Amino acid sequence: MFHKEKSIQIKNSASALYNNLSVLRIAPRRLTYFTVVHANVVNMVSASWDGLNYSHRQLQSKEPNVATSTSLIMQAAFCVLPSRELLVVTSQKGIQMYESDGSIMVYWHALDTPETPTAQAVFARGIAAVSENYVCVGVSSGAILVFDIPSKGSNITLSEVLEEHKESITDIAAECSGSQECVANLVTVDDGGSLCVWKSGEEFQLLNKIAGLDISCSSVKLWKGTVVAGYGSGQIRIYEAVTGILQSEINAHARWIYSLDIAPFSGLLLSAAEDSFVRVWHLSVTPETNSVEVAHLHNECVTDTQICGAKFCDGDGYAFAVTGYDLSEIIRYTQT
Amino acid sequence: MSSRTLPLLFINLGGEMLYILDQRLRAQNIPADKAKKVMNDIITTMFNKKFLEELFKPQELYSKKALRTVFDRLAHASIMRLNQASMDKLYDLMTMAFKYQVLLCPRPKDILLVSFNHMDAIKDFVKDTPSILSQVDETYQQLIEMYTPLCNGEFQLIRQTLLIFFQDMHIRVSIFLKDKVQNSNGRFGLPTSGPVPHGTQVPGLIRIFSCTGEEKTRLQFNNGGNYTSAIREGSFEIFGDRVTKLGTNMYSVSRPVETHMSGTSKSSTQHTKVNTAPNPLAKEELNMLARLMGGLEVQKAGSSDTAFRVNLFATDEEEEEALITRPDELSYGIINIQATKVNKNTLLLLSCMAII
Repeated sequence: MFHKEKSIQIKNSASALYNNLSVLRIAPRRLTYFTVVHANVVNMVSASWDGLNYSHRQLQSKEPNVATSTSLIMQAAFCVLPSRELLVVTSQKGIQMYESDGSIMVYWHALDTPETPTAQAVFARGIAAVSENYVCVGVSSGAILVFDIPSKGSNITLSEVLEEHKESITDIAAECSGSQECVANLVTVDDGGSLCVWKSGEEFQLLNKIAGLDISCSSVKLWKGTVVAGYGSGQIRIYEAVTGILQSEINAHARWIYSLDIAPFSGLLLSAAEDSFVRVWHLSVTPETNSVEVAHLHNECVTDTQICGAKFCDGDGYAFAVTGYDLSEIIRYTQT
Repeated sequence: MSSRTLPLLFINLGGEMLYILDQRLRAQNIPADKAKKVMNDIITTMFNKKFLEELFKPQELYSKKALRTVFDRLAHASIMRLNQASMDKLYDLMTMAFKYQVLLCPRPKDILLVSFNHMDAIKDFVKDTPSILSQVDETYQQLIEMYTPLCNGEFQLIRQTLLIFFQDMHIRVSIFLKDKVQNSNGRFGLPTSGPVPHGTQVPGLIRIFSCTGEEKTRLQFNNGGNYTSAIREGSFEIFGDRVTKLGTNMYSVSRPVETHMSGTSKSSTQHTKVNTAPNPLAKEELNMLARLMGGLEVQKAGSSDTAFRVNLFATDEEEEEALITRPDELSYGIINIQATKVNKNTLLLLSCMAII
C-alpha cells in the first residue's frame, strides 16, 4: 500500500519527545516544510516537491538571560489559520512564535519559572491553531493558554487561561478552522489521560471532560466531531467528542504511542509508537448515527527505532513522514 | 525537563561502574583485601549522606562534562588509580550500558526497577560492612519515597530527559556486539517480539461499541511482530524480585570489557556541534559537589605501597594506544575546577560547609 521513498537528511537527530514532527505544505511554491526537535534546537527543512532542492534552518530556544541554563524544547508545530501560518515552539522557559518559514520571531511569552527548580517540572507542551484567530498552548501545570492572533503583525495577546486539567498537558488538537461551524472544535489531553472538549470563542466553553484512567494520553486528534486518542499503554481510543461516549478501543501498539495524525479528506489515521511500528488505519464517521468504523490497512516497521513523530504530508494521506529517536533523517513513504 | 532525573542517572551509572571495576579487580588478580577496600571506599563515597541530600534536590541534569568529572572523582575515592584512557573507557561502558537499559525498558516506570537491580547488587557488595549497608538502605527509602508516587507520564518525562542526555552516543561495546543487542553501527536492537509491558495488551484487536456501551464488532489485524502477553510485574519495595534483567551484572571474569573506537558513527560529531556555550549553572554545582566529595574522610593515595593501578584494557600498550587514537569528538573535556568562576551563591554555600 505504501512504499519507502528517499529520506530527507536533517542536521541533528530527533529527540524522544511526543509528536516530534510537524509538516506544512505550501502548494503555491511547491514546497513542504518539516520541523524536528533536537534538545534545544528546532531543525527546519524546506523540501521542493521535485525532490531537487533542500534548504535547512535551525532555530534555538530563547534564553531569557545568559546566566540561566539551556532551555530544552518540548515541541514545535505549524499553526495554520485562515489569514496566516505560524511556527510555534514550546520550551522549558516559554513559547516562541515565528513566521512559518522561521525567519522572524513575532512573539515571546515567558512561563513563570521559579528561581530554584521545583519537583514539578515547568514547561509548555501541546500546540494547536483553533478557529479563525486562536493558538492554544498547554503548560505543565495543566493550564491551557489561549493566544489571540491578529491577521498580520506581532500584536499577539494572551486572551484567556483555561484551568481544567490537573496534570501536565501532553497534546492539543482542533478542527474546523475556517468558516465551518462545529459544536466542539478543541480537545486537550494530559498525563493522567483526562480529555477536555471545548468550543472556542471570546470565552472558551468546556463541553465535556472525560476522566482519565491514570494512563497518559500522549497524542490526540479531532475529526468530524470524533476524538482519537493515543495512550502510553499502546491503545487508541475513539470517543464522540460532545457526549464522551467510547466508540472504539484498539490494542494498537506494544509500547507507548508517540504520535497520531489524520488525513482529513480521506479519513486515513496514522499511529506511531516506541515499538518501531507506524500503522495506517481507515476511519469513517457517520455523525447521524453516532457510529464509527475502523479498519487496519498497513504496517511499516522502522527497524531498531523508537518512533517519535509521524505525520501525513497532505490532506488525502497520499504520503507520510516519520522521525525516530537518534535518527538524523526524516523517512518518507508514499502510496503505491 | 524533569528535575528528578539526576539521582537515577547517578545511581545507575555508579552501579555499572562498580560492576566493571569489580570485574577488572578480579581479572587483574588484585588481592582480595585491597579489592574489597576499593569497592567499600567507592560505595561509601557514592552514598555519603550530605552528597545524596544535594543530589536528590530538584535540579536540571548536569552537563556531560560535569557528570564525567564527578565520576572521575568517585573512581579515585580509594587507593585505586586509573589512567586517562582507562577512565575514558570505563565511562564509555557505563554510559552505553545505562543508555541500553533506558531504551529497552518496556515501560518508563521500569527504570526504577533497573535502579533497584543496581541497588540490590551494591547492597550485596557491602553486605559484610554494616555501616555502609545502612547508608545503602537509607537510599532505598529515599528512592521509594521520591519515585513510587509518580505517575507513568512523569516517568516518561524522566526517560525522555535521560534519552536527551544519551542522544547520539553510539560507542560499540564488545559484550553488546557479541550478545547481538547492539548492531555494528552502534545502534541497539529493538525486538518486535516477546512479552508486552505490564498494562499493555498484545496488539491486534479492534473493538467497536454501540452508544449504550455494548461491544458491536470485533476485528483482528496482523501486528507485524511476535508478541506474547505481559509477565508479572517486578517489585518496587526494598526487597523483592525485580523480574527484569536490565540493570543486573552482565560482566564476569571470563567476559572482558571492550569498546571499539574505530568507525564510530558520524552522528557523534554532529552532536558536539549543537553543544552551545558552557553551562555556568552546571559548573557551580560541580564545584560544590566535587568539593563535597573531596572533603570526605577517604584514604588519600599518599602511601605509595598501598596505591595500585587498574587497567581497563588487556595490556599497558593497548591502554597507551587507546589514549592516542581516541577521536577528538569523543573526548570528555574534564572541567578544570580551579579555573572556573565561583559566583556569590556558591561562595556562600561553600563557606557554610566550611570547605573553603
